[in-house]
Amino acid sequence: MTVAMTGDIPTPVLQAKRLVKSYGRVVALDGANLELYPGEVLAVIGDNGAGKSTLIKCFSGAVIPDEGEIYIDGELVRLHSPGDSMAAGIETVYQTLAVCPALDIGTNLFLGRERRKPGILGSVFRMLDLGGMREAARKEMSELGLLTIQDMTQAVETLSGGQRQGVAVARAAAFGQRVVIMDEPTAALGVKESSKVLQLIRDVRDRGIPVILISHNMPHVFDVSDRIHIHRLGRRVAVVTPGSHSMADAVAIMTGALESQQTEEEMSRPSPSQTGLEAVGHVRSGSMTSTQAQAPGP
Amino acid sequence: MTDHDDRFVDREEDSRRAELTAAGVAGEISEQERQQPTALQRVQRVLHRYPALGPLFVLLAMLVAFSFMSERFLQPFNMSLIIQQVTVVGTLAIGQTIIILTAGIDLSVGAITVFVSVVMAKLSADYGVPGIAALFVGFTFGTACGLLNGLLITRLRLPPFIVTLGTLSIFFALNLYVSASTTIRGRDMDPILTALAGAGGTIELPVINTPIPFASLGMLVLYAIMAYVLRYTAWGRHIYATGDDPEATRLTGIKVDRVLVSVYAVAGFIYGMGAWFLLGRIGAASPQVGTTYNLDTITAVVIGGTSLFGGRGVVVGTLIGAVIVGMARNGLSLAGFDPLWQDFTIGVLVIVAVTLDQWIRRVSA
Repeated sequence: MTVAMTGDIPTPVLQAKRLVKSYGRVVALDGANLELYPGEVLAVIGDNGAGKSTLIKCFSGAVIPDEGEIYIDGELVRLHSPGDSMAAGIETVYQTLAVCPALDIGTNLFLGRERRKPGILGSVFRMLDLGGMREAARKEMSELGLLTIQDMTQAVETLSGGQRQGVAVARAAAFGQRVVIMDEPTAALGVKESSKVLQLIRDVRDRGIPVILISHNMPHVFDVSDRIHIHRLGRRVAVVTPGSHSMADAVAIMTGALESQQTEEEMSRPSPSQTGLEAVGHVRSGSMTSTQAQAPGP
Repeated sequence: MTDHDDRFVDREEDSRRAELTAAGVAGEISEQERQQPTALQRVQRVLHRYPALGPLFVLLAMLVAFSFMSERFLQPFNMSLIIQQVTVVGTLAIGQTIIILTAGIDLSVGAITVFVSVVMAKLSADYGVPGIAALFVGFTFGTACGLLNGLLITRLRLPPFIVTLGTLSIFFALNLYVSASTTIRGRDMDPILTALAGAGGTIELPVINTPIPFASLGMLVLYAIMAYVLRYTAWGRHIYATGDDPEATRLTGIKVDRVLVSVYAVAGFIYGMGAWFLLGRIGAASPQVGTTYNLDTITAVVIGGTSLFGGRGVVVGTLIGAVIVGMARNGLSLAGFDPLWQDFTIGVLVIVAVTLDQWIRRVSA
């Protein structure tokens, strides 16, 4: 953060260039750009219908854009199915969770990439290592501290909303090799569970895997993200940081009440100190948010 | 720090405390609920986890009831008779089960089965094709019929009900055309086609000294294989996932359409096996049989505890369901009831089974 240089911008792990997607006459994406840099949490915020979900679905392979390109580590890729994205190391927690309610936790965690038993049982008889997968699932879930559940054979529909979300988050965290995308991961969660998910997002980032977080919850966004991509009417209108802008600013830009003067070039820059923001009315120091909690000291 | 800041912190702390309290209370409530499920809820959970338990209970209850109503009922010979009677429908119901697990339905079961049996018989009787080859062509043909269903469903995005309603008529008409509506006698075919049941097609079971047809053993082997496949292979898990939530399944990278097509094709192969068993059982290839197979297989699947909405059920339940139907017919007949009460009883069982399924599906945290 301290080094302000312009010539040495790292290659984005994930990059979208001029994505366009329309459904009939409804334009969901209107030339959307996005850069995700190594080791960062990038929040994507925007009003309902701004096209956030469509944007991230282009990355997860669930939606194929009409126009535009997606680059992974600087290389042009085509993501035509969720399988393509997963093979590229992109894991997504969907808003709908995308878990199968009648199936058990272990099965859901490994759905689509089941492990087979070693030896002839696995190779000839295609036998799955159910016990091993269950064990791995239990380990993953307890490591996340998201669940108090011990029984991995329990059907997901017998879990509470928060626990179900835990299953979806655990799956993404366990398999995300390159990028983890989370669409409203705290929407169904209580306070305690939310803070665990936020901690998890930091943990994933600290493991070196950048995270894209879509959320309506501004405190969560400002708490956890390094940069905040503001989406409006199908395209990026500003990129701010928790240090440079207040929540009120972000919301104002999001709703169009405040016009951002940023150029595309400025918005695509990586680290907070380099963004060179025009709207500087409410600049706060980045550390202030964290000191507030300890403020009633001597 | 200014006053303003302090106040801000206080307010923040207050609200955090309030939230924590609320979360704590909510946690306690849900904890309490979890600790004290009512007896009914406990039953619901157990049935949710073991879908074949309900049908098994019905089977045992019938076994007890009918053994009081008729002395002959429990005798090994009668039990063997029931197994023989359910063999063809029981076999076909395996295919119907995997289709219903994907939230589909197959109304063309009977038409495919009879068509395959006619093709096998005709190849052997009229064209002198060796028996083994005729069987092989028949299995392939059955698989192709299922494949056609699967492709129509996935490519044209039509509901399985409509597709198989259409192919039911198409296959049946073609079947009449190919066979010229005439029955092919068993003695005109290669013996292997009718070797699995009837005279010479049985094996004497030890201990109880009762003959049981090879076809019935074949059915049991198919059940065992399918039970294994559904539980222990990725394909099996994907069948459940597809029926449970196709969109969620697609998002996990599974090619849902491929799963569906393969399920209909495998079901077609199983109908091919069923056709072979059928040839042995009736000792001929008649284009006119099999008209009740569609509803009979669906009945067996539903009574066996598999949900028509997909994603829930076990194939063993279908075996139990098929035996329940066979046992109800046999037992009521031995007890001297008019045959109309057989249909009545089965109708009641179907409605009870579906009602139970609806209730079990509402299980939640």
